[in-house]
Amino acid sequence: MKVRYFAWVRERVGKAEEEIDPPAAVVTVGELVGWLARKGEGYAYAFENPKVIRAAIDKSHVRADARIAGAAEIAFFPPMTGG
Amino acid sequence: MTTTIRLQGEVFDVSAEAALLTRGRTDIGAVVTFTGICRADEAGGPIAALTLEHYPGMAEAEIARHVEAAHARWPLLGVTVIHRYGRLTPGEPIVLVATASSHREAAFAAAEYLMDYLKTRAPFWKQVEKAAGKIWVDAKSADDAAAERWSAPAPSHGAAE
Repeated sequence: MKVRYFAWVRERVGKAEEEIDPPAAVVTVGELVGWLARKGEGYAYAFENPKVIRAAIDKSHVRADARIAGAAEIAFFPPMTGG
Repeated sequence: MTTTIRLQGEVFDVSAEAALLTRGRTDIGAVVTFTGICRADEAGGPIAALTLEHYPGMAEAEIARHVEAAHARWPLLGVTVIHRYGRLTPGEPIVLVATASSHREAAFAAAEYLMDYLKTRAPFWKQVEKAAGKIWVDAKSADDAAAERWSAPAPSHGAAE
């Protein structure tokens, strides 16, 4: 699946998007955050406080307990500050 | 209902957008426009500019979902939402929400509702340029509280205005 990162999550990870293939044991968005955080230093920094990370599956907001099965695109970003 | 949702880098013309909402119709009795403008300060310090990052595709979809929700809640005849992205300098407009209805109550309420949700749910992120460097703007809990109040049951509308 494709993951996209925005704002300071993107800056800390060091890329805007990538293809990932998490193991089957990674079932939810929250578990994916935990898995990503172990991918390297930048990831660990980006996901150091999972509570503030927001996520979207296929361009709709989801919570940490949402299942990732079937997702084409998962995005991670900080709380929004538009308007 | 006439709906226009646009994300753009360029500046927009508030009067032209408001005029488009009412052009050729006589059923609209109220148009409310809200314009968000880039201030020269953020968190107590001066800024040189503001850069807005967004999630293309999701931003439009999320705004459309809230416009639909507003339409279900109030008798709206037209809604225009324009949100800019890219680098803006103080004094420039960032966002426009314009709502049209037969009466003012729905137009005022829907404009406020849409802005509250734009702030907290539309995938945009502001970064400001300060003397010390570029800083991502923190989300404000007051904005979450403002959006949260719309979760209460809707009051009845339609009274004489």
